Amino acid sequence: MSRLLDVNNLKVNFKTYGGEVKAVRDVSFHVDKGEVVAIVGESGSGKSVTVQTIMGLIPMPPGIIKGGSIKFQGKEILGVSKRELRKVKGSKIGMIFQDPMTSLNPTMIVGKQIAEGVIAHQKLSKKEAKIKAIEMLKLVGIPNAEERYNQYPHEFSGGMRQRAMIAIALACNPELLIADEPTTALDVTIQAQVLELMKDIQKKTDTAIILITHDLGVVAETAQRVIVMYGGMMVESGTVYELFENPRHPYTWGLLNSIPDVEGPEKKKLIPIEGSPPDLFSPPKGCPFAPRCKFAMDICVEEMPGNFEIGEGHLAKCWLNDSRAPKVEQVFAREEEKAIAAGSEK
Amino acid sequence: MVERIEETGKAHTTENLVEIHSLKKYFNIKKDVTVKSVDDISISIRKGETFGLVGESGSGKSTLGKTVVGLQAPTSGEIIYNGQNVLQLDKETQRNVNKEMQIIFQDPHASLNPRMRVGDIIAEGIDAYKLFKGKDRTNRIYELLAQVGLRPEHAKRFPHEFSGGQRQRIGIARALAVEPKFIVADEPISALDVSIQAQVINLMEELKESEGLTYLFIAHDLGMVKHISDRIGVMYLGKMMELSNSDDMFRNPLHPYTQALLSAIPKANPRAVKRERIVLQGDPPSPTAPPSGCRFRTRCPHAMEICALQEPQWKEVEDEHWVACHLY
Amino acid sequence: MVKTANDQLFRPLDPAKQQTDVIERPSLGIWKETFLSVIKNKLAVLGLVLLLAIIFLALLGPAMVPYSASQQSLTNTNQPPSAEHWFGTDDLGRDMWSRTWQGARVSLTIGFVAAFVDLILGVIVGGVSGYMAGRGKLGDRVDNVLMRIVEVLYGIPYLLVVILLMVIMEPGITTIIIALSITGWVGMARIIRGQILQLKSQEYVLAAEKLGTSHPKIITRHLLPNTMGIIIINLTFTIPTAIFAEAFLSFLGLGVQAPFASWGTMTNDALGVILSGQWWRLFFPAFMIAMTMFAFNAFGDGIQDALDPRARK
Repeated sequence: MSRLLDVNNLKVNFKTYGGEVKAVRDVSFHVDKGEVVAIVGESGSGKSVTVQTIMGLIPMPPGIIKGGSIKFQGKEILGVSKRELRKVKGSKIGMIFQDPMTSLNPTMIVGKQIAEGVIAHQKLSKKEAKIKAIEMLKLVGIPNAEERYNQYPHEFSGGMRQRAMIAIALACNPELLIADEPTTALDVTIQAQVLELMKDIQKKTDTAIILITHDLGVVAETAQRVIVMYGGMMVESGTVYELFENPRHPYTWGLLNSIPDVEGPEKKKLIPIEGSPPDLFSPPKGCPFAPRCKFAMDICVEEMPGNFEIGEGHLAKCWLNDSRAPKVEQVFAREEEKAIAAGSEK
Repeated sequence: MVERIEETGKAHTTENLVEIHSLKKYFNIKKDVTVKSVDDISISIRKGETFGLVGESGSGKSTLGKTVVGLQAPTSGEIIYNGQNVLQLDKETQRNVNKEMQIIFQDPHASLNPRMRVGDIIAEGIDAYKLFKGKDRTNRIYELLAQVGLRPEHAKRFPHEFSGGQRQRIGIARALAVEPKFIVADEPISALDVSIQAQVINLMEELKESEGLTYLFIAHDLGMVKHISDRIGVMYLGKMMELSNSDDMFRNPLHPYTQALLSAIPKANPRAVKRERIVLQGDPPSPTAPPSGCRFRTRCPHAMEICALQEPQWKEVEDEHWVACHLY
Repeated sequence: MVKTANDQLFRPLDPAKQQTDVIERPSLGIWKETFLSVIKNKLAVLGLVLLLAIIFLALLGPAMVPYSASQQSLTNTNQPPSAEHWFGTDDLGRDMWSRTWQGARVSLTIGFVAAFVDLILGVIVGGVSGYMAGRGKLGDRVDNVLMRIVEVLYGIPYLLVVILLMVIMEPGITTIIIALSITGWVGMARIIRGQILQLKSQEYVLAAEKLGTSHPKIITRHLLPNTMGIIIINLTFTIPTAIFAEAFLSFLGLGVQAPFASWGTMTNDALGVILSGQWWRLFFPAFMIAMTMFAFNAFGDGIQDALDPRARK
């Protein structure tokens, strides 16, 4: 497998009138060719800022890149000129946004918007581009593609717009597709359609995908590797199996415990993560999750935990993995007794 | 204090708190264009239960909720609260009934007035009904804040200083202030982060117990609906498609639409046996021109000829399990 | 792997130290936050400072020199700026400094009074119209009638109103204010109506309705406070418009009449002498008009940015 994207020690701040907000704090990860990597986290966890930095979409000011590097196919794309960036990423990294309405041009027919991307990156004639655009519309499952080519975004339904966005992103055969909450705004049945489509396309074209989401169900179904972010940091990362079956960070436990079990016959009490997400204006000096963590120790507020290597490619930023820490039984919603025991421990 | 319901184990008393008879709510959006948001729906909500209402955007579930609590006047139909027809009450009784039916909204940002302090927001109902004054009012605010897990000093703050989950708690405290008996929760967790959703759901369940509440819980997230609801109704384009207790609904969904909805939920288990997912084709039709016969037929994998010709009847196929589908 | 930490620290944290629900930031009302945000905006601060300076000088400027605005001195005509006459004198030997600030008084008075009238009429008509819309047949009718009136007035150019008013009234400050007010408030009314219509469907207003809050209370507690932002923004743009309109009318001779000084009449007076090198005659009033426009607009932009919820983090 060849390395497609390599992000190292990325740090991004935002200037606001209240001071500097550390939106991304020392994030490192990589994406290999043809792989689906999910980034999970709640609002304010820095997941969107991370990918927007990769796309060069962070407005500066107020954004400030404090350090790190982003290499795409071995070439540095952080801090290079806009023109160079466009050369590298334009044709090879595509992006899908949460709200397709804000990223489609309302005054331009959808087909042209797809064709434009094709022309810009593939040097095709207008006629060829149109044929290609209709092909793309068909690929993403839009019926009557020829007719739809000539329609405006407002004539499309929400799901169709998201499909059109995907078509635009795919039009220039990207190697990497970044999808920022692509299904959050959609209804369940439409979400299923779009997810199937993305999986399908990933298989057909071998495009790598970075999928940002807060829905662990979506993660389990689509991703091979998962990155869990909290308070601007990566708190845990690993393969999807490792993450779901052997999570080693209390925040990941909390996320898993917060989702209701649809399949089980009995009703189980949800175990939420207490408290609120951290205020990034004054991040604690220790672990950002410590104030909400049921298992927090003195060390957690004193010192930032390092990355503990749990297994092959499985990292967890939590002091509980230190040999000196008391053994804490991992809590899992599916293991009721343990959960209750852990609850009373608090 | 709030009147407590006799607890008879898990079984509910069959007494209905809210009954909706042939409720219709139409909107004229243009001349000759009518959206039948809620089209002839009859359900009853039992005292002490949580009735889950699911459906996609445009199904009319929110309109139904808003109409039931009286924020919108129905086009026709009856709403019976505690045996009284709420549309035919004198002003005084109406005000009392109004007080007992409250609503919690979806958007924790739009549901709190940004220019008011949290204490005054929570006291909105207290002031309107002149329940408490002066020091008692302050104490009541603190009590409500504590009930939803916030601190007394939060009363002085403004909404924008709180996170989404905290704001939703404030919205719940505001509704609780008038000691309601029936609360419509209109997608109360859709806008919240996953870890926070569970907090709010747990809080709602606790309050249901301690305050003897009855909920109409509206959502599009089936997982949470199953978790919190005793019975579930599924809506599609203004019509009720299926209704049963929540276990039955998940174990044995009858309507093809319910089946598709359930199979669309992504499972948070990477090793889950990937059963064949029913992916519905196409989009929901426009509510301004719903299909003839059964409204779901255009996307239904089992559509038959009769589905276009005749509207399916609302039948009790199994005990307490209702469905509107020609397959049964 | 990881740098060694003190072994003693590996014990459960005192739960008392885990208070996530404490908000650490000082509690600021939305107005205070707006103010802080405006203060950070350099251009807005510049605008505000200029504005305060202009107001200050309009109040005290004429008293700072021994010459009144209308005091003629035929031995001292057409003096360039000097230590004696800071802005020079005009062709009747009147002190330009004194006249400029006298003019500022006229301009600011017209600006503020016209804006105030706009505000009162606009808020009442726009508020009633917006609140009544959609409330049964009667409500819709009230809204309809008010909006038709607004539309009719919107179509009348104010210049026409001024000229018509001249027929029945003497030209002067009052006439200008009346003329500007007759047509000026409709813009405000429309904006307020739109805002109220939008606010009415906000969930907090629905919640208040559901909680039994009375109509007048909904208006004063929920609707009006939330239109304040847009009202203030609108004011920062109507005031300079009114000032400019006065200058323009006076320049045409339709406005303030001699011996009153206004920036418009002063520029008009200066027209004849531009070519003879008496630059100060035109420069000072014109410069003041420009500065005032700039100050209001810069300040208004700052407020607009500060009140924009999307810009707030």
